[in-house]
Amino acid sequence: MAVKVVIPTPLRQFAGKQDSIEISAGTVAEALSGLTNQYSELRRHLFTDEGKLRSFVNVYLNDEDIRYLENDQTPLKDNDVISIVPSIAGGRPAPSFCR
Amino acid sequence: MSKVVLRIPNGAVEVIRKHGKESYPNECCGILVGKAGDSGKEVLQAVPVANLRLNAEEADRLLPRESVDFESERNRFLIDPKEQIRIERETRESGLEVLGYYHSHPDHPARPSNYDRDHGWPWYSYVILSVIQGNPEEMTSWVLKDDRSGFDSEPWTGF
Ligand SMILES: [Zn+2]
Repeated sequence: MAVKVVIPTPLRQFAGKQDSIEISAGTVAEALSGLTNQYSELRRHLFTDEGKLRSFVNVYLNDEDIRYLENDQTPLKDNDVISIVPSIAGGRPAPSFCR
Repeated sequence: MSKVVLRIPNGAVEVIRKHGKESYPNECCGILVGKAGDSGKEVLQAVPVANLRLNAEEADRLLPRESVDFESERNRFLIDPKEQIRIERETRESGLEVLGYYHSHPDHPARPSNYDRDHGWPWYSYVILSVIQGNPEEMTSWVLKDDRSGFDSEPWTGF
């Protein structure tokens, strides 16, 4: 399936300065791995060292959070739009474990 | 990155400081909207948004806490992605950009934590306001290094 992946502003510098990328994939997982194979510098921002999607990366398929679909196994149709939406989180160090 | 400067209008600085004070002892957060150019970023507006950690159930669904005993709205913030998408869209439609985000550190210095680093994104400006016993004090700005190893301090000026 030919789909479009929308790249958020902070990651465009690692995707040839493009704001979206056309990719051919059958599932969300395939689309994201295709994307990071093509633009390897994106990988550390999207995936953990173990290759799992980082918990603070939100992925939307046509405006629906993939957590409400079949997560990264969600199948794709032609012309689907996948949006990578960075979770914005932070805070001061918590007591006890000082993070 | 060191010569890139963040410019923040005094009105927006006031919005951030007031939000930090009103939210104490909880963390506040918001979105910085403006224009990015070769010489740096110019904020036009600071847009306060709710700290989704106040809605623990929804926040945990989106970004689970490592420790429910030690993490709460007093030391964590999370922006609702739906709010973020809405503001991002409006911003683009008016020809502007989301330049970064601000949050407060209640009773803690305005220095990024390891948690900030682990959850940070490159390019964005992360403005941190220290609020000590309810009083807004130092405000700093930071940009995550591209290799995620830490933050570079980003000089900012009011205007
Ligand atoms: Zn912080």
